Amino acid sequence: MMSNSLVRQWRRYGLAALGGLLVLAWVFVAVAAPLLAPDAPDAVEIGRRLQPPDAAHWFGTDALGRDVFSRVLYGARISLLAGVVVVLVGGVVGTLIGGISAYAGGKVEEAMMRLTDVVMCFPPMILALAIAASLGIGVGNTILAMLVVWWPKFARLARSVVIVQRGQEYVEAARVLGYGPARIFFRHVMPNSLGALIVLFTLDVGTAIITFAGLSFLGLGVVPPTAEWGAMVSEGRELVQQWWVATFPGLAILSIVVGFNFFGDGIRDWLDPRSLNR
Amino acid sequence: MDMRTSPASDSDAVVAPTGAAPLLELQGLSTRFTVGGRHATAVDGLNLSIRPGESLGIVGESGSGKSVTALSVLRLLGGVHELAGRVLFEGKDVLTMDGAALRGLRGGDVSMVFQDPMTSLNPVIRIGRQLVEGMRAHGRFGKDEARERARSLLQRMGIASPERVMRSYPHELSGGMRQRVMLAIGFANKPRLIIADEPTTALDVTVQAQILELLREVSRESGTAVILISHDLGVIANVCSRVAVMYGGEVVEEGPTAELLARPRHPYTQALLQAAPHIDSDPGPDRHLPSIGGMPPDILRLPTGCRFAERCAHRQAICEKHPELLELGPSHRVRCWVAQQGGVSAPAIATHETATTVAAPTSPTERGAPVLLQVRGLVKHFEVRTDDILGRRRTFKAVDGVDFDIRRGELVGLVGESGCGKSTVARLLTRLHTPTAGSIRYDDKEIAQAGPAELRPLRRQLQMIFQDPYASLNPRMTVRQILQEPLLVHGLAADRAAAGVQVRELLERVGLPALSADKYPHEFSGGQRQRIGIARALAVQPQMIIADEPIAALDVNIQAQIINLLIDLQAEMALTCLFIAHDLAVVRHISDRILVMYLGVIVETGNTRELFARPLHPYTRTLISAIPSHDLQAPARERIRPVGEPASALNPPAGCRFHTRCPHAQALCRESVPALREVLPGRHAACHFALELAWPASS
Repeated sequence: MMSNSLVRQWRRYGLAALGGLLVLAWVFVAVAAPLLAPDAPDAVEIGRRLQPPDAAHWFGTDALGRDVFSRVLYGARISLLAGVVVVLVGGVVGTLIGGISAYAGGKVEEAMMRLTDVVMCFPPMILALAIAASLGIGVGNTILAMLVVWWPKFARLARSVVIVQRGQEYVEAARVLGYGPARIFFRHVMPNSLGALIVLFTLDVGTAIITFAGLSFLGLGVVPPTAEWGAMVSEGRELVQQWWVATFPGLAILSIVVGFNFFGDGIRDWLDPRSLNR
Repeated sequence: MDMRTSPASDSDAVVAPTGAAPLLELQGLSTRFTVGGRHATAVDGLNLSIRPGESLGIVGESGSGKSVTALSVLRLLGGVHELAGRVLFEGKDVLTMDGAALRGLRGGDVSMVFQDPMTSLNPVIRIGRQLVEGMRAHGRFGKDEARERARSLLQRMGIASPERVMRSYPHELSGGMRQRVMLAIGFANKPRLIIADEPTTALDVTVQAQILELLREVSRESGTAVILISHDLGVIANVCSRVAVMYGGEVVEEGPTAELLARPRHPYTQALLQAAPHIDSDPGPDRHLPSIGGMPPDILRLPTGCRFAERCAHRQAICEKHPELLELGPSHRVRCWVAQQGGVSAPAIATHETATTVAAPTSPTERGAPVLLQVRGLVKHFEVRTDDILGRRRTFKAVDGVDFDIRRGELVGLVGESGCGKSTVARLLTRLHTPTAGSIRYDDKEIAQAGPAELRPLRRQLQMIFQDPYASLNPRMTVRQILQEPLLVHGLAADRAAAGVQVRELLERVGLPALSADKYPHEFSGGQRQRIGIARALAVQPQMIIADEPIAALDVNIQAQIINLLIDLQAEMALTCLFIAHDLAVVRHISDRILVMYLGVIVETGNTRELFARPLHPYTRTLISAIPSHDLQAPARERIRPVGEPASALNPPAGCRFHTRCPHAQALCRESVPALREVLPGRHAACHFALELAWPASS
């Protein structure tokens, strides 16, 4: 009984707290990278190339003699930026498209949702790859490419959530009271729909980070020698002996994605009283 | 708290069953839940027994512990809970049974029928299999035998074509049909006891009457004991020979039905009886219903003394101590110090102060006040997708040609069963829907097809109160935000400070403390939320209010409070009101005039008193006769056995829409549509034979 409830408490709060701490830690690292990093991220020094981790270079050095630890710290900046920008912009655009089409209904809804279907029928990674390739290498272009494939899932979710809210009596009451459609949508429907969307927002930052890292791994994303985790893994993928080159950025990706996932799950449980298994 | 007192030493002696040994005996049954680390006592030391073949009713408000009792008996509760005491079924303690014995009991010797027939059948299994499965599981019937029994059971439950029903999936059946199937499943294994938890609450009144009659007859035939749980004393009075009244997790009064209804001893029982509008007595000029103030006790913090004391008009010093359930008459037990000292006689609660304006000698109808709302030929058809593979659409004729007038200051009741289109009428009048055809004139302005800009001024004048107090308030806004928004949108308050003053006035007007303003809706009970909904409607100072089943989701006592509030507000603010309900007793109590709707059309209208004294349409008579009454002394109402269930508005019958259920239908009724005509002065009915059939025949 007691141990059961401890397990439950841990599952409810512990993992979410762990996730939140991981996310916070990475945000701190990204902001304070210049203060924390012992070395400049792109300081090439051929003389110390491919050295294993030691007291001076905690994560070793890569093929150009750059300090992997410093590069991992700096890499957090781009990953977090890409993840958050993609999810925020894609999420807001998608939510508006889905939400407004659901609230408006009729032909508007039909047109917008078919557009969503068209985008969704391409595998997102491939489509982003194609768009990014045609736009050219660069953080901005890659984020743009990701945005094109990112909004539809928010549009879908927002639509389904708004459709539920639209039929509620408090929305009817708002209409009977003579409120305009914009007021009803933004003041009444959206605040009640955000719960589910916030969960997707949080869970999705991890996915966006991994996708961005994937695109970088494939040679899009960042222009060398910028420190970015996906690109760093890519650089280290053939260095089997020098495992540290690829492993540490890989672990960085893992920890930040896990952090966002736990944190998102926690928020979902917190927002959804039904998932509280009392 | 004496939860753990062993039953033997408990002074609440179990009623000694006269004659046969009890079939089921609850000895000190307690059920406690753990909610967020706190303990809630839902059932507290319950002693009840039922003899073979007996029928026992358990009545109480929501939260009184009546449903938890039923679930505890079969150990069907989920969540973290703790059961104490003994539940003896034929002498064996259910609480200590192992899994196998328990499964044998459930659905075997004891079966249960739940409230919601929509969710208690498995949607992906055909009815026949669900019936047979239950019988086979207990190994009491062979395969063919079980099928044969299933067929005859369905037939016994009044299902005309059992073969077809057995091949159907639950969604293909109406609510009433499903509840018949649930009853058939309940009786399938020839149980010794059937526990029915609010079995008719989700059903229409005409269907309810049929289901209750079935329950009564089939249990009598098969000698099955029945425990019927309901919030409605009328339902219980019609089925049960003995009643237990529950309050705060314990029985406060128990006795033979007739005795308890005629001479209720506990103040709570008396109040409960008074709060329900009587169908058999004329409400008189004062429309207020007696209601009990205050709230039921919080099961997280049960009072140490009498649990009803806080709300009781007869409270005395001794009520600080917890009273025992003592026998006061032949098998009539009461848990009340005052009654035990011979004290309580009705009325137990302070009757509502009569508002001065209520007893107006003439109604606005009689005075011939000017018409505020005029509806002509109102039609609303919905296109619905059918499940056929061509995706053909069919027309759902929700409202199909409705005419009526409402005069200024009138309170008009609109009644009908679910699906008759009454809520659609409300949504058409408030223009949440746009009519397919017809005219709505409000204050001499045509609004049937008005656009949003034209509707804006109307919004201030015509407001609506919604059915579900849990869904009709935005959960993310505080009460203050909810109430000041309409003021600011319509420019009725110059700024937030001025709005704040009005919010306070509104809250006061609907009987809520000013402190409520900064709370969120979920912090209120259903009745309080409905008050907030009413305050919101009043914020724009409307002339007319349309109330769509505003009390259907509330407990009887809370219903009475809300009705009293509406009556007072209507009088104070000279409101015109259209009150929509399925409950004729309530509508009778408060309305000047009544419109009766059936399947998208109005079948009868008239002054309330005359309509009840002499209903002209057979449907109105069916409705009136179907209402279960707890007044056993009342002169027997004409028993019109309602036939079947309302037809579908997808495919309404040709001719008179009621002919498929009408006991008097003739050839003419099947062919020609009767118009709503003035049959008697001021009395309209849509029936070819209204006068010939009028009840009572001589008037």
